[in-house]
Amino acid sequence: MECTLRPYLPIAVYGALVLGTGFSLTLASSIFGPRVRRLEKESTYECGSLPLGSSRERFSVKFYLVAILFVLFDIETVFLVPWAVVYRSMGLFGLLEMLAFMGILLLGFVYAWKRGGFDWE
Amino acid sequence: MTWSPILLDVIRAVLIFAAVMTLVPFLVLAERRISAWIQNRVGPNRVGPMGTLQPLADVIKLVFKEEIVPARADRVLYSLGPLLSFAPAAIAFAAIPVGRGLQVVDMSVGVLFVITATSLAVYGISFGGWASNNKFSLLGGLRSSAQIISYEIAMGLALISVIMTTGSVSLSQISEGQTSFLCWNIFRQPIAFVIFFTAAFAENNRLPFDLPECESELVGGYHTEYSGMKFGMYFLAEYVAMIVMSAMVVTLFLGAWSPGFALPEGLLGTVISVGVFSFKLFAVLFFYIWVRWTLPRFRYDQLMHLGWKSLVPLAMANIVVTGIVVTIWDAVQ
Amino acid sequence: MPDIKTEEMLLNMGPQHPSTHGVFRVVIRTDGEMVLESESHIGYLHRCFEKVAENNTYIQVVPYTDRMDYLCAMANNLGYAQTVEKLMKLEVPERAQYIRVIVTELNRIASHLLAFGTYGMDIGAITPFLYAFRDREMILKIFEKLCGQRLNYSYVRVGGVTFDITEEILADIQRFCDYFEPDTIKEYNELLSYNGIFISRTAKVGVLPADLALSYGVTGPSLRGSGVKRDLRKDEPYSIYDRFEFDIPVGTGEMGALGDCWDRYMVRVLEMTESVKIIRQALADIPAGDFCDKKAFRGVKPPKGEVYHKIEGARGEVGFYIVSDGTTKPYRVKARGPSFCNISVLDALTSRGDCMVADMVAIIGSLDIVMGEVDR
Repeated sequence: MECTLRPYLPIAVYGALVLGTGFSLTLASSIFGPRVRRLEKESTYECGSLPLGSSRERFSVKFYLVAILFVLFDIETVFLVPWAVVYRSMGLFGLLEMLAFMGILLLGFVYAWKRGGFDWE
Repeated sequence: MTWSPILLDVIRAVLIFAAVMTLVPFLVLAERRISAWIQNRVGPNRVGPMGTLQPLADVIKLVFKEEIVPARADRVLYSLGPLLSFAPAAIAFAAIPVGRGLQVVDMSVGVLFVITATSLAVYGISFGGWASNNKFSLLGGLRSSAQIISYEIAMGLALISVIMTTGSVSLSQISEGQTSFLCWNIFRQPIAFVIFFTAAFAENNRLPFDLPECESELVGGYHTEYSGMKFGMYFLAEYVAMIVMSAMVVTLFLGAWSPGFALPEGLLGTVISVGVFSFKLFAVLFFYIWVRWTLPRFRYDQLMHLGWKSLVPLAMANIVVTGIVVTIWDAVQ
Repeated sequence: MPDIKTEEMLLNMGPQHPSTHGVFRVVIRTDGEMVLESESHIGYLHRCFEKVAENNTYIQVVPYTDRMDYLCAMANNLGYAQTVEKLMKLEVPERAQYIRVIVTELNRIASHLLAFGTYGMDIGAITPFLYAFRDREMILKIFEKLCGQRLNYSYVRVGGVTFDITEEILADIQRFCDYFEPDTIKEYNELLSYNGIFISRTAKVGVLPADLALSYGVTGPSLRGSGVKRDLRKDEPYSIYDRFEFDIPVGTGEMGALGDCWDRYMVRVLEMTESVKIIRQALADIPAGDFCDKKAFRGVKPPKGEVYHKIEGARGEVGFYIVSDGTTKPYRVKARGPSFCNISVLDALTSRGDCMVADMVAIIGSLDIVMGEVDR
């Protein structure tokens, strides 16, 4: 028990400090600040005009597309990390394997590019 | 089990946290003074000697400001946003060695920890943007999410080639490996350095990539509706994230705490290493500030094109080239 | 991927928005980052200039003209004064003509400096703005010395100018010209005009073809940015502009497309050089003599009639149409403001479907509008 959790003690202390600071700062203004509620004050800011429609609509699919692409490529990156750590001990095999992997990754990248996944026009 | 190592650990954690939190106000002040210097202005110089107490005055002002929660906002997420923006950035610093053998915890997966923690910051921004029930905030939040995750890929791929060269994901080992001047990763991986640094700017929403909060079109971006210390938290988070990213740049590429030659053993060496690290950190931070007050900002599609169509392919090519060179190098040796 | 449809969002930009250059409101329909359609709304700053003018004497109207295009008040003063003088068939003393040219051109530089600075800020570069204000401040100091005012001068009046210009002020102006051109303008170009990011933000954005510009009545630098060489100072010289040597910079499409935001921006930067040229010539041959027609200063009572006169302000054609019924008050004053006509083309530029939210800001900035004059 002691042995496994012991190295994480400092980060637990550090994390507690961060969260403590964070929470107290979040609450600071609501404790010390004045509070005068008024309808105009609490209305949504839209450059001084009444808001047009709701802002809780479905937003543009392009942002969603970026998220999907991110998931794909970030997983590739995560796969590459352990390989990169032991790369030097793998020698030529590691290189060939990497070339194959990067080739496939590149294929997907080119496909996404050609399909206009990175375009915003 | 003795208490002294535990106590030492706790003291170290508290000290490093205190150092980061003290650095932020001075960074804010430095930003304002340097921008004033760049722009032929005076800058804040009234509160305290040379304006040194200005950040303190700002914090006090923010704390005593009224907090306005817009109508129909999601109250929970609205309050959680600033916290989620601040906490991950601050926690990320735990893995960074600020001097020889001086870090909160020496993680074997330090690089991954920092990257994971900093990328969590996107939640803070997108939560805040969505919860405000404001279209400018929403657009800012969406932009920010898309921007941060896009540049994270370029950043991650750039890191892969660094990891290949160093053969480790432990930040302390990467630091140790750069003791001599020529072993600094900026010389071994110059392209990765450029990609990483560019992506770091984008991750931190700094000019020329400050689209999430660009005031000329989105007013305040994701923090348009925020006031009081909640706004202050976003502000704080931005600067903490900037410090973390600069520290990463220093650690990964600029020789970490090494002055370029071997340091003396013992306490003296540690003290010098902290000094060297701080100096490099300030240099990188100065570069951040300098860029911010010099360049205009990209448009959103240009930003995405730069990320996806330039940096990602470049990083991929860099991995391949690194792989080939490392294999040949090892074969020759 | 054009086949995917998503929810469109209506968004108010303005009236309280950092980059609409005043209380101007555009309602934009967006799909994500793309602007599909925009609709401008004006009138937040309406102050009934034309009606007010009917209830004041000819001299009392002058301060109201200041408040139209408050960034280039001298040109408005000049336009109004010359219109009334045309109505009265009044000859202005030679020295007054020179002073008028000098102050109008100085004011044009000040106005273009502000346009330059705020445009940089619209694009995200904050430093050029402060540099521009540093230099604009010099001009404002000169004006302050000259007439005690920094913004609403009311300096050019019917019959001449309010105060005589002193040797000291002339020396100040000379010093400013020497400082400003060519070194400072070169600095501006290095800082902003030829910055890669700035070019990528402004080139091929908001392309205004010459025929579209002409059909909307766009004038001034915005029209010249589209390559049309039209400048009233050259085409229909008023005052004494025919005595000076200067060029009319026009857009060249240097950065990709003729009439894009960069062209409009660059025309302004180049015009500052030309204005300095004019000022230098005027300073060299300014004659001695009266600075005003004393009789016109005591009271203005033009004969019955109507007249239209236009001059080239910093933003384009400043025109006044005055109907006189023979009394000391104008029967009708109609002002033609360049910003008003220039802004009308905005919806046409931004509703073509190739404009992003950020381009909206770039286009509004490149038209360089002053809401005080749009709404009057």
